[in-house]
Amino acid sequence: MVNTKVNLCGIELDNPVIPASGTFGFGYEFAELYDINCLGTFSFKGTTKDSRFGNPTPRIAECDSGMINAVGLQNPGVEKVISHELPELAKCFSKPVMANVSGFSLEEYAYTCEKLDKEEQVGWLEVNISCPNVHGGGMSFGTSPEAAAEVTKAVKSVTSKPVIIKLSPNVTDIVSIAKACEEAGADGVSLINTLLGMRIDLKTGKPVIANKMGGFSGAAIKPVGIRMVYQVSQAVKIPVVGMGGVSTANDVIEYIMAGATAVEVGAANLVNPYACKEIIEELPAAMAKYGIKNLNDIKGCAHNG
Amino acid sequence: MPYDSQRRKNSVAERGRQMNRGKYEIVSNKPLTKDIYEMKLSGETSHITAPGQFINILLDGFYLRRPISICDYDDKTITIIYKVVGQGTEAMAKLAEGKYLDVLCGLGNGFDISKSGSKAVLIGGGVGVPPLYNLCKKLIEEGKDVSVILGFNTESEIFYKEEFEELGAKVYVSTVDGSAGTKGFVTDVLKDLDYDYFYTCGPMPMFRAIEKIAATSGQYSFEERMGCGFGACMGCSCKTKYGYKRICRDGPVLEREEIIW
Repeated sequence: MVNTKVNLCGIELDNPVIPASGTFGFGYEFAELYDINCLGTFSFKGTTKDSRFGNPTPRIAECDSGMINAVGLQNPGVEKVISHELPELAKCFSKPVMANVSGFSLEEYAYTCEKLDKEEQVGWLEVNISCPNVHGGGMSFGTSPEAAAEVTKAVKSVTSKPVIIKLSPNVTDIVSIAKACEEAGADGVSLINTLLGMRIDLKTGKPVIANKMGGFSGAAIKPVGIRMVYQVSQAVKIPVVGMGGVSTANDVIEYIMAGATAVEVGAANLVNPYACKEIIEELPAAMAKYGIKNLNDIKGCAHNG
Repeated sequence: MPYDSQRRKNSVAERGRQMNRGKYEIVSNKPLTKDIYEMKLSGETSHITAPGQFINILLDGFYLRRPISICDYDDKTITIIYKVVGQGTEAMAKLAEGKYLDVLCGLGNGFDISKSGSKAVLIGGGVGVPPLYNLCKKLIEEGKDVSVILGFNTESEIFYKEEFEELGAKVYVSTVDGSAGTKGFVTDVLKDLDYDYFYTCGPMPMFRAIEKIAATSGQYSFEERMGCGFGACMGCSCKTKYGYKRICRDGPVLEREEIIW
């Protein structure tokens, strides 16, 4: 028997497989299809202080081996998430859930995290710092070590739950940002968020997506995610949650070899709604194939030589 | 009748709808016009609960699935009609009989036939015609008097006129160039018809024209670029008078009373 258990910031997961925020809603659409308690956990739809519709449509464009989305953080707002989504989720998911939080100012991040901190169902706060920073004059919280540290501190001061900062790959040096988060008290980092991308419709000569640009995800970005997890996990001591193009059990193993403690699965859920269930079922055989008895034994093994 | 948003919202939850993911065999795949194709697939159809739902097809070499409306179905076959508009549908048109496709079946909130009065009119524009076929069949089975208006640009684009007639519907055709039926648009036929409910699927300009002259309540089936097709990604959301809805899951059919134009 192989051991798929991992420990993420003090909470044990039956397996390292975590559907990524924005690809799994609040779980119900998938709970109709399979028992989502098989998951390690899942990161729910990015939640903000106030409800948001997001960007105009079209918000989706297909790419070779991937897709671009510009949904724009559509969500019902934290009050409704707590009053409606979490009670509904409790009917189909009994494990701690990862709460994904976004904001447009330090105060918003802190407000939303403080509300979610009081919810027993929430195991971790995953703080998305790759959205535009209206507060700081158009800069992005996720693109400077100083701003990333400020958000981390603001959030840490209002919660006792583990805080995982979700990092943007659209930066010059992701390692310095991860280190800044660690120094500011982050309990973990997750990476990578989507890569900024664009498609143009040849018939109209205009961008496919109404917002013009969007986040590129899917199988195509896996090498970028692997590389960044490899770099960041060598530079920080806190756990790294790896993601980017994961669609098979082999991809999970590759990310853990790169240094990830757990792995998020994003776009694959949209193409195959059973993707995470299948990855979890395939994981023991994939581990056995490579002679892996315990995932913790291979964590970051790529760092050596 | 006042619009009851709660009833409609609950209807999805009450059904506890589940889609099916399965391998569906291509039984036939043939052109009906220059760029409109009809494909018949064999496989599980028990998850289809209403006309106007769609399937989402995975094609070799393409990352996202192709959402295509269900034209007709029985206990083991699904008929879809699609237009070749891009690389994905070009590849679909080349698929041979006997090939198996990975399909998500029974997606979306289809047409609600319980709302039709006794005289329904179905209005289809171009490749918006297909989902009206099974709707027409269901309404006629219920003893309704059904008129169908099929709008095309020109005579050579017309498809399924005889099929609707064989169901027992009164079929009217409009063509923009006047090469068949009434010259002009579907609304040039609609304005003179007697009906007490309408159902429509087609391009947005046609919807806007219908919205201006429609005399009754009705249902519109929308199209949008989708990520997943089953409500997870929020890629195809729209604003309605009763909150945000996902075209793929809460739609594609929306009621006239809830739509913000």
